[in-house]
Amino acid sequence: MTTSDYGGETMMNKTFPAKTEALSDVLGFVEAALEDCGCPMKSSMAICLVTEELFVNVAHYAYPDGDGDMTLFISFDEKERVVTLRMTDKGIPFNPLKQEEPDVTLPAEEREPGGLGIFISKKTMDSLDYTYENGENILTMNKKI
Amino acid sequence: MTIEIKKNDNEAIIGITGRLDTITAPDLDKAINELKADTKNLVLDVKGMEYISSAGLRVLLAAQKKMHKSGSMKLINVCPDVMDVFELTGFLDILVIE
Repeated sequence: MTTSDYGGETMMNKTFPAKTEALSDVLGFVEAALEDCGCPMKSSMAICLVTEELFVNVAHYAYPDGDGDMTLFISFDEKERVVTLRMTDKGIPFNPLKQEEPDVTLPAEEREPGGLGIFISKKTMDSLDYTYENGENILTMNKKI
Repeated sequence: MTIEIKKNDNEAIIGITGRLDTITAPDLDKAINELKADTKNLVLDVKGMEYISSAGLRVLLAAQKKMHKSGSMKLINVCPDVMDVFELTGFLDILVIE
């Protein structure tokens, strides 16, 4: 893990294996970083929820032929009180945000199990964007805390 | 996450404490699927459940569908943060919450 201070922005990053077994470590890293930023518990829980959803997507789909890593960058703009997370992987190009949203008004019998993770993520974060650059899937998200 | 199961006649009460996430959700799924066939009513006491992710929601949805075929399922003691997630995802309308 590396930490640096840059003009009022605290930045940390760490690389994890893209496997669901690493989830506890990933969330531990995020929780500790948010605590350092003085993030309220409710926002911390929301951000961890989004991190879980997006990380699990990477763990399940990014590396179909083998193993790979995910790197998480966390920065905090102290002036604006905005947390930025950037999740990157070198897996197959895949934009999870393009999936069709579930219809959350349907009754239980008609609800499909999938799509909720991304739906929750989009609704929870102030912004959530995807790009593919230099062989990397990059998800960038912001939340004011 | 810890699970505690109590049985009364044809009712089962499952107490859930901790996080219901990608890692722990399969344990709850297993516990629900292992309930005997004569369990008609399922109560999930989630007083100690402080966090739920979509993996947990999927297990609840599957359990709801299963139990409502010939019985009932309800959740009690839902904490505010988890209620927020239910509201966001439409699960407030799907689940029976007391």
